[in-house]
Amino acid sequence: MASSAVQSENATRQLQAGDTSSGTCYRVRTTPVNPIMNDLVIQAEDLGKRYRIGERERYLALRDLVARAASAPARLFARRKSSSSNEPHTNGDRSYIWALKEASLDIRQGEVVGLIGSNGAGKTTLLKILSRITKPTTGRAEIHGRVGSLLEVGTGFHPELTGRENIYLSGAILGMSKREITRKFDEIVAFAEIEKFINTPVKHYSSGMYVRLAFSVAAHLEPEILFVDEVLAVGDASFQKKCLGKMGQVSREGRTILFVSHNMTAVRALCSRAILMKDGVVASSGAVADIVDEYLLSTAHEGSVREWRDPSVAPGNEHVRMSYIRIISPEGTPVIDIDSGAQIEIGFENFRKNVHLSVKVRVTNSDGVVLFVSNCFINSDSNSRCGFYQVKGKIPGHLLNAGRYFVDLSVCKDQRWVLLQLDGVVSFEVANTATGRGATMGVAPGVIRPLLSWSHSFEEVSSSSTNLSCGISHVRL
Amino acid sequence: MSFTTNSTWRRDGPAIGTTITPQKGWLDLNLNLRELWDYRELLYFFVWRDLKVRYKQTAIGAAWAILQPFLTMLVFSLFFGRLAHIPSNGLPHSVFYYSALLPWVYFAGALQNATNTMVENQRVITKVYFPRLLLPAAAVTSGLADFAFGFVVFIGMLLYYRIAPGPAILLLPFFLLLAVLTALGVGLWLSALNAIYRDVRYVVPFLIQFWMFASPVAYPSNLVPERWRGLYGLNPMAGVIEGFRWSLTGHGQPPNILFAASTVMVLLLLAGGVAYFQKMEGTIADVV
Repeated sequence: MASSAVQSENATRQLQAGDTSSGTCYRVRTTPVNPIMNDLVIQAEDLGKRYRIGERERYLALRDLVARAASAPARLFARRKSSSSNEPHTNGDRSYIWALKEASLDIRQGEVVGLIGSNGAGKTTLLKILSRITKPTTGRAEIHGRVGSLLEVGTGFHPELTGRENIYLSGAILGMSKREITRKFDEIVAFAEIEKFINTPVKHYSSGMYVRLAFSVAAHLEPEILFVDEVLAVGDASFQKKCLGKMGQVSREGRTILFVSHNMTAVRALCSRAILMKDGVVASSGAVADIVDEYLLSTAHEGSVREWRDPSVAPGNEHVRMSYIRIISPEGTPVIDIDSGAQIEIGFENFRKNVHLSVKVRVTNSDGVVLFVSNCFINSDSNSRCGFYQVKGKIPGHLLNAGRYFVDLSVCKDQRWVLLQLDGVVSFEVANTATGRGATMGVAPGVIRPLLSWSHSFEEVSSSSTNLSCGISHVRL
Repeated sequence: MSFTTNSTWRRDGPAIGTTITPQKGWLDLNLNLRELWDYRELLYFFVWRDLKVRYKQTAIGAAWAILQPFLTMLVFSLFFGRLAHIPSNGLPHSVFYYSALLPWVYFAGALQNATNTMVENQRVITKVYFPRLLLPAAAVTSGLADFAFGFVVFIGMLLYYRIAPGPAILLLPFFLLLAVLTALGVGLWLSALNAIYRDVRYVVPFLIQFWMFASPVAYPSNLVPERWRGLYGLNPMAGVIEGFRWSLTGHGQPPNILFAASTVMVLLLLAGGVAYFQKMEGTIADVV
């Protein structure tokens, strides 16, 4: 069988490369149900994609060609003159970027793999190459199985057509046969909850209805390999939850999924393995928990720690001069999540004697809502001294919801006069956790995310007239 | 085209491998007919969509399919026939012009629609894979519906003028196929070019206008000197239109050197179009 040959060849390759870490990681995590489960369904080697800068934003007009042709002799001359300069990504007057470089990956049947990384890391490019939307510049990949790609919600929808017509059209474009669509039609309509509007052109739909219908079509795809790109970012919270549930169900059916998402909770819950991409390369690959942590670690510290080693550039004035401000986890790591809470550390130099010094911190969320203001009164009896002050504060766990927060800092005198004010001096990210969310995933709505202490009791009420017994439950806080 | 190993994504068959490799040069061509066949249902849906959408929110709907060639026919009869006295091979002017306008209007519309397919379907092209060839193919196929409406009118005209087409009418599907292939061949070139150079979309109306005067729509091809006929026939639409006139009315030129030249030209155009289109297909999602 060709596949087993491929597999053994791959095993040799892994051994030769000495790449045991990623190899064993998922081999342990995947439990083979039958021998086919060990088949490699996606094998990519050294995939690379080069774009000309601006190529995707702007189309070429003939006049550009004319202009390029006209300037060709001058360019030739210029190149000869500057041939000693050694810029890797420039070629004449065109500049190129590698959106993807030397990406190699192996995915087995039934694996659900999360593809994570910050914006521009090459996740979507990789997905587009694997789903054959565009060809790679280098490398090769082999895919075994029927592929479905879900890179946007509503692929192929036409606004003039009715809901019914769009189900067929979009379904066909996504790869369903007409018979298959007819068979699942009622299910699709029911999932989208748009029975009443099925014969209305979708241009008259509300955006919520449109998204529900579009996702419903996509959710009923049954490919062997599914590529999903952040399509869950649309729709209201309850629908998102429904979609995640549907995806979880799909993954349990033994289908192979490559899932791009920025929702780490969803990635953790759905995927068995994750691949971290960074600047167009596959940075690491392994068990989902490790890779998600690695990703959070690499992004969390962005902007959450500021240290001014050189006093001449540190913000300050004749009263005080900043030295550092850090928002870190209580253990000192940069990853802050809902459970851990955060620690604020501030260091500054004080030049004012005999005043009441206080430090005020204001925390704002990304919607601009002020969550709280907190003061640290340093010298309550007007006895400040010249020198270096260090202040530490703790934001408790189970207070801030997941999200990005911005910190305004001010140093005050006598609780009234502002000596130094720095707005938005640092920001930090609180990562989501599943605590108190049960089986549901995603970020819970709400500005804060407290962990309430619930208790419950139960007493049985038996009825003599019937054999039924029911109970009264008391739930209290 | 490099997605060649076996077939892929057989909708109801066993899963077979797909190999993804970079775009090679011009010579790396391998039209995957098996894959196109597997996607025939999607071709049907694209045609169906074109037809559904074409006359939505129009007051008279599909009547446009009839009005366009019919009104053009009236204008031609008046100016070229009555005023300029251009010979019409002994046919009534209206029949003479309409029999040429039938394939011509189809060709012009199909070419225009095929050219715009890549740009109009940009969103789909950048989000999901299917053989891009289906889009121009659907555009030239859906134009046949309008052709059918126009043809019904032509039958009425034949009855009115009591013209009985001879057995030559059995060759009509062949001439129609030639028109479809011409529209597809040129449409493949232009749609791929239009994805990169949007100028193409402004060029096409002029191209169609000039092309019409280079085709025997408003005049019979026997006005062209005998020794130039072969060269004239390099315009594939010359062969198509002469063929239409001859097979529908029995008047005019039976297939000759002109027609042979047209047929060869269509095949060349189509082969070139497919080759160029396939070269562009792999990266069209990046530039469109």
